Amino acid sequence: MSIFSYNGAAIVAMAGKECVAIGSDLRFGVQLQTITCDTPKVFKVHDKLYLGLSGLQTDAQTLYQKLMFRHNMYKLREERDMKPSTFSNMLSNALYERRFGPYFAAPVVAGLEPDGTPFLSGMDTIGAVETAKDFMITGTSPDSLYGMCESMWRPDMEPDELFETVAQCLMSGSDRDALAGWGAVIHVITKDKVISRTLKTRMD
Amino acid sequence: MDFFVGIKGKDFVMVCSDTSASHSIISIKQDEDKIVPIDDHKVFCIAGEAGDRVNFSEYIIANVKLYALRNETELSTKSVANYTRGELAAALRSSPYHCNLLLAGYDKETGPALYWMDYLATLNKINTGGTGYGSYFTLSLFDKMWHPELTPDEAVAMIEAGIAEVKKRLVVAPPHYIIKIVDKDGVRVVKNV
Repeated sequence: MSIFSYNGAAIVAMAGKECVAIGSDLRFGVQLQTITCDTPKVFKVHDKLYLGLSGLQTDAQTLYQKLMFRHNMYKLREERDMKPSTFSNMLSNALYERRFGPYFAAPVVAGLEPDGTPFLSGMDTIGAVETAKDFMITGTSPDSLYGMCESMWRPDMEPDELFETVAQCLMSGSDRDALAGWGAVIHVITKDKVISRTLKTRMD
Repeated sequence: MDFFVGIKGKDFVMVCSDTSASHSIISIKQDEDKIVPIDDHKVFCIAGEAGDRVNFSEYIIANVKLYALRNETELSTKSVANYTRGELAAALRSSPYHCNLLLAGYDKETGPALYWMDYLATLNKINTGGTGYGSYFTLSLFDKMWHPELTPDEAVAMIEAGIAEVKKRLVVAPPHYIIKIVDKDGVRVVKNV
């Protein structure tokens, strides 16, 4: 079994009209055994920036802790939160530092820039960045997720519509994936609040 | 193969381990207590590679004790769990410890806590869990029987049901088990099965 499908994950992030949504499944497993059903793979960095990490969960946890440390140091020095685009570059750099012994985690960054424009980016395990205007996904069944997102995404969706779209893409995309699912959590980030909703999906 | 299960109840954590110590096909002893106390209100259940298990648990316990001596305060269960994860993760890419473990603890302010960690240093806070072959037969059973207001008697019943299942279906099932409870009064043995 590949090291990227040792634990299992499904993460979808989409951009709407001055809002972004990011969601993940809740399963944590070791190969084919499910250990818990309450492990989200999306973490908050600050109010306007969320990070999703798929792949090997130990590296996802370590990477998240390292990045929070770097962001906290940045906040102390700069006296403000990091912009999503800056965070994305920092993450890419942090991953490439380990080019020949990489963190086996594939991140998705979703946030709102200070002027309110949505920001989405995704990386591979050694930090090759791609930004997108529509959606970014990562996980153990990328084909299903890409297929769902490609057909369901439309530009300029309002927050509620965006939530529905992300929810359907995540749920349908991970239904056929044995290693992802067991519930989902979705965060919708707008300029004045973040709404987090937990979904019950196919519990298998 | 070591069998460990842990169940978090309303104001306690109950852990059970098998008591056999063996080397490949030879049984060395059948009354080994593998649930190791870290301090008055925390225990480790570590399964895995023979030398790594003892070496790693002694290392963590010594450092926890050192912190308590230096700072005149006990570490919380969450702190010990994250510290353990840090040590496992740091060693992962050079000389990894091959141990899977459960950490059970009771803190005055936050109550009972049960953590599951695998040899890759993936940490999860759980209500019920286990390591080893035995966990394959008990996890679903615990999912069905667990509820947030669990009492110690109900937890013992759950564990005994789990042990019965393991004895019935696991080819090389260990014969004897020890059940311990961690609560506000500390760590003590509940039962020997």
